[in-house]
Amino acid sequence: MNAHQSLAVAEPLRSREPVAPAAAIVEPMVRFEGLSKTYPAYRDKPSVQALQDIDFAIARGSITGVIGRSGAGKSSLVRLINGLEKPTAGRVVVDGRDISALSGRPLRRAQRSIGMIFQHFNLLSSRTAAGNIALPLEIAGWSKADIRTRVAELLELVDIADKHDRYPSELSGGQKQRIGIARALATRPSVLLSDEATSALDPQTTRAILDLLANINRELGVTIVLITHEMSVVRQLVNEVVVIDGGRIVERGHVADIFTHPKHPTTQTFLAEVLGDTVPVSLASRLEQRPVTAGKAVIRVQVQGTEAGDTVVARLARELAIDVAVLSARIDEIGGQHVGSVILGIPGGEAVSRQALFFLSQNDFAAERLGYVT
Amino acid sequence: MSPELINLIIQATGESLFMVSLAALMATAVGLPVGLFLATSRKGELFAAPSVNAILGVIVNATRSTPFIILVVAIIPFTRLVAGTSIGSGAAIVPLTVAAMPFIARLVEAAIREVDGGLIETAASFGASPLQIVFKVLIPEALPGLVLALTLAVVSLLGYSAMVGAVGGGGLGDLGIRYGYQRFMPEMMLAVVVVLIALVQSVQTVGDYLARRLNRRLRHR
Repeated sequence: MNAHQSLAVAEPLRSREPVAPAAAIVEPMVRFEGLSKTYPAYRDKPSVQALQDIDFAIARGSITGVIGRSGAGKSSLVRLINGLEKPTAGRVVVDGRDISALSGRPLRRAQRSIGMIFQHFNLLSSRTAAGNIALPLEIAGWSKADIRTRVAELLELVDIADKHDRYPSELSGGQKQRIGIARALATRPSVLLSDEATSALDPQTTRAILDLLANINRELGVTIVLITHEMSVVRQLVNEVVVIDGGRIVERGHVADIFTHPKHPTTQTFLAEVLGDTVPVSLASRLEQRPVTAGKAVIRVQVQGTEAGDTVVARLARELAIDVAVLSARIDEIGGQHVGSVILGIPGGEAVSRQALFFLSQNDFAAERLGYVT
Repeated sequence: MSPELINLIIQATGESLFMVSLAALMATAVGLPVGLFLATSRKGELFAAPSVNAILGVIVNATRSTPFIILVVAIIPFTRLVAGTSIGSGAAIVPLTVAAMPFIARLVEAAIREVDGGLIETAASFGASPLQIVFKVLIPEALPGLVLALTLAVVSLLGYSAMVGAVGGGGLGDLGIRYGYQRFMPEMMLAVVVVLIALVQSVQTVGDYLARRLNRRLRHR
């Protein structure tokens, strides 16, 4: 979102002042160029091609969600951004710097502008909340006085100022992740990487942490790249989605586009799982392949778009003058779009159900007959 | 028991404590860095040097598998070289140190390996140098384990120090053998054993207390 805004701002600037640093504004935060990563064979394990032919850019100020099955290469992608791993081929440019070409002291300096938060928080149990947040600052060689002020500032930012002297063992998961976030932001990084940062938290805490991340993105302009398998994260926070499968990017784009028109099977499966497109077990067990006398045909209708789904059941009922039963439904709002599916029961035999399918296809709804129930 | 004998016990206790504390200090000075290196130098680790790690491992194992009493005799030329003599408490410190070094190294290695690998990666992702990782992450996080390791080493050294008594090393073991065994003074033997038990007990108690105080993970549960 922010990237679009900054582009919009850049346009008039460029027309008035041709030499304005438009390139610097357009320059993406992270750029992968022809990137491949192969882990060499080790002992009895064969070599693994974790990523191949990765070519894409992450816009400044955006929140990008990387989704995919476990083992798809998501973690490798993130570890390449902060230089913990070196690509086998190609390069990773972060904030205009080729991070893959750096090593030793220059790499360590560059890493200070890339913060990271973790699924299991990774806090030092031997340090207090304040001590943990101070760690990256100590590493960067800040003075004691500067560290003290900065830590107080950060505790305030993540809303746990009262936990200054608490040890991680005394804190809840949400509080620990807040310390993790404060620690990651300590050195004022331009990118924040998140590796399943909310996977170990309950839904309510997850929502609070996501709100915090959204605030940080909005107020500090920090670009966020997050790996996740959680629908709630994608729905609540992300604006760009990258789908990885088998080490390749199989689909990417704006969250609403990806969710309303998923093209790749992996994306479709992911969405089906999180959107509940799958038929409920109780219904699936009752499904018959042949028509049942005095039964209903079971039809699944995909709902996509701004208000499309809202009236489909009513219109269908009116059109065919039948009592349409809603057997199962799940509709979510993602990026202002309604996405989901409704499973309907159509009484009245073969002719009526064929009529219903025809009506739905006429109105641009993807619909299919799953079977029949009594 | 006569005052002379009590004086002997006090003197021998002093000798034992002298041998053990000096040996523990020197063995730790060597064992701690060696253990740190052993824990961080396998393939893919912080100071990856797999071949050095393997060689060091063999040396450590060789020293540890030599029975202490044989080690004492075997390194007499080395002891003479370092201490100028092979008799007395001062000389006994040499084999005690040599025996405790690899023991401490292995204990330190185990304590350091207990630290969650994710923390190393976390610090690395913040741009920490390997030495910063050692001093800001590994040692502080392993501290309770390190304290327990050193406690165990000191207790073992107390046992070893009694053994060097058999070869003229002085201390409580020497007293127990010469008076308790060779002069058939069971009350002396008993006194030596009681003093040793008290020493081991207090070292262990202090070590446990320190480790518990340092362990933030358990402190508040």
